[in-house]
Amino acid sequence: MTTEVAGAGGASSPHPGPSGPAPEQRSPRRGQRGDAETFRRREVSTGFIVSRIVVLSIVAALLIYAAPPLVEDESWIALGVLGVVTALVAYLYLTPRHVPAKYLVPGTVFLIAFAIVPTVLTFVTAFTNLGDGHRGTKAEAVTAIETSSVTQVPGSPEYHLTIAERDGAMVFLLVDPATKAVQAGTADGLSPVDGAQVSLTGKVLAAGGYTIVPTAQAAERDAEIAAFSVPTPGGAIKATGLSRAFEGKADKRYDAACDCIVNPAGEKWFADEAEGYFVNSAGAHLDQGWKVDVGFANFKKALTDPTISGHFLNVLIWNFVFAISAVATTFALGMVVALALHHPRVRGTKLYRVLLVLPYAMPSFAMLLIWRDMFNMDFGLMSKLFGVHDWLGTPTTARLGLILVNLWMGFPYMFLVITGALQAVPKELTDAARIDGASPWAGFRRVTLPLVLVALTPLLISSFGFNFNNFNNIRMVTNGGPYAIDNATVGATDLLISYTYRVAGFDSGVADFGFAAAISVFIFTIVATVSTVAFWRSRRQEEVYS
Amino acid sequence: MKFLREVAWRHAVALAACAFAVFPIMYVVSAALNPLGTLASTELLPTGASLDNFGILFNGQQPFVNWFLNSVVIALLSAFAGLLISVAAAYAFSRMRFRGRRVGLLSILLIQMFPQFLAIVAIFIVFTEVTELYPTFGFNKPWGLLVLYLGGALGVNTYLMKGFLDTVPKEIDESATMDGASHVQTFFRIILPLVGPVLAVTAMLSFIGTINEFLIANVFLRDTEAKTLAVGMYGMLTDKRDSNFGAFAAATLLTAIPTVSLFLWLQKYIVSGLTAGAVKG
Repeated sequence: MTTEVAGAGGASSPHPGPSGPAPEQRSPRRGQRGDAETFRRREVSTGFIVSRIVVLSIVAALLIYAAPPLVEDESWIALGVLGVVTALVAYLYLTPRHVPAKYLVPGTVFLIAFAIVPTVLTFVTAFTNLGDGHRGTKAEAVTAIETSSVTQVPGSPEYHLTIAERDGAMVFLLVDPATKAVQAGTADGLSPVDGAQVSLTGKVLAAGGYTIVPTAQAAERDAEIAAFSVPTPGGAIKATGLSRAFEGKADKRYDAACDCIVNPAGEKWFADEAEGYFVNSAGAHLDQGWKVDVGFANFKKALTDPTISGHFLNVLIWNFVFAISAVATTFALGMVVALALHHPRVRGTKLYRVLLVLPYAMPSFAMLLIWRDMFNMDFGLMSKLFGVHDWLGTPTTARLGLILVNLWMGFPYMFLVITGALQAVPKELTDAARIDGASPWAGFRRVTLPLVLVALTPLLISSFGFNFNNFNNIRMVTNGGPYAIDNATVGATDLLISYTYRVAGFDSGVADFGFAAAISVFIFTIVATVSTVAFWRSRRQEEVYS
Repeated sequence: MKFLREVAWRHAVALAACAFAVFPIMYVVSAALNPLGTLASTELLPTGASLDNFGILFNGQQPFVNWFLNSVVIALLSAFAGLLISVAAAYAFSRMRFRGRRVGLLSILLIQMFPQFLAIVAIFIVFTEVTELYPTFGFNKPWGLLVLYLGGALGVNTYLMKGFLDTVPKEIDESATMDGASHVQTFFRIILPLVGPVLAVTAMLSFIGTINEFLIANVFLRDTEAKTLAVGMYGMLTDKRDSNFGAFAAATLLTAIPTVSLFLWLQKYIVSGLTAGAVKG
């Protein structure tokens, strides 16, 4: 690929020192010093130049793509981060120094952007009430309350409406029926439009800088059009249908003096900064609220709210039971099968192995749904083979069913890794145990098993971590069910992660991102604690860190 | 006689395990070939042989071809790019000594304990913003999902890869350096070919993992056309659970073609691919 500036005898030190750059990186600096080594051939290959040009063009392309939307959005901080990151990347790949960083940066950039930032944001969100009704800032909530209370009052101005677009954003082109003056209404307000062609019916045919949306397409976007409003002093312009708009008066108005919302009847809703709502004297609040910090309220709710905490504890216990039995059953079956096939006189191991890994190779999401339907009470295979029973409808059989499904999916993996570990156990040790008079069981229990366990502890820990958050199994097979009659938010087989998913409202229902994030934080803490303890213990058995 | 007894029970165990492993797949095959195509009429053993269920997939009721292509493209690209990212990082950790190396390794070990999807709430919030700014990388677009999956790449595989690279003797790349190879040449021409089979297994596991990913994809892809197989096929059974069962089973078999054939092809490297990192550390 690229040949860096390479000296003839560049490899003077075979081992790169602890902090020193790799040998070939030293030559340019030596050359600059102009000492005895200047006679070295400094070969700048085409690869070197081409790679630098490629780096610069990638960086430039990134900037050209990413910067304009940020400028338009006035997100100066994000723009600054983008500038610094691209500058650093450009520097890093242009200089011959910092070799390790060249290999580490691509992964690190993605890691920070899409794993670490979301994780940190999860922790931050856990301390807020972000969710439906609390999406944005207080100012946005006020705007939303005012515009949604806009009503048409007698004598309010009407317009002919044409739907248009500018830079991908929707624009209302409004024609005054009396003066034929054309105005453009955006989410920011009204502005005059010059030189537009208007038909006799008041439809705008063409306007410079705007793309007219054809009526058929506009009809498909009627929900978007109905939600769109152009703020005006004292109210807003809203559409009625696709070709008419009116300027209405806001029924509710924000009064900064009392930090409250008032309506003409004199009702007042005062801002409650702790709840993020406007509340009236009767304690009722307006639908639109804003995001506020709620401290530990979400965590407290999970642990103490009587409607939630009982279920939360059950979910937590079942989560541990599931993860532990998932690891234990797959390990046990995998071990039995691996031991059975681990014998020189057993023929046909290849064929067995092909059949045994099939569950691992099949697309798991689809097989989980197949299993779900095998458990179907009326038509499923289980009911046909073992008698009609509502397998997934009663908590105990649903839980056993999930562990069985997980055993089917997971034992091939365990079988494969245990086979690998068994082959690594020195034959002398097992022979020595046999000669010393150990029974096969004792030989396995005292010699083989400990050796296999030492080798596989890291894999068992990660298997535990995986099953602790085995969202797919729960979601596809039972979807958390069966549910108690009085509680539709948490079922008997819900894991914390599937519970989080439901609370976050990704399927349906009311989104409570703050609470969902708080549960995620609980999962983070539990997984971290369990893994740390397990790794410490296994580290005593064998040095797994290097 | 004693030997026969010693070997016979082993075959019995293996056969029982195989039966357990294969019967659900048998059921899928039977359902896919079932001419009636309903759950109620499906038995464990095929009751007929008809390709009608496969026909249903391509008759335009659902954009199965789109789903298939979306899945395969996203999974291939993320397996390939993710592998390159993590093997590059592993090369630095395995072959170079620099400040922050130990801290870096430990933090990767720590990060891999936290699956990315735990932060699903924050991912949703971040990408709501991204969709507004850069629609190409936003919701309903494969590119958004792809870069998101790459965010998890470094955490998942780097430690395993470092284990593989440590098994390649240092003398090999030292001699390459002696012959005037740069670090880039050593990486691409010497190291990568030597660990090729293990890389292939890791890439395959990542490919299968991405094909099966449901949680993030389901939040991300809402348009029917943009869905992956996991999200799309889930919808097939939600709509018409009983009558679509045959078509679903047929789709399962088609989805299994790339994954199972990769598996069988790389069969003999799989054990080392799974254990090398763990055993060697």
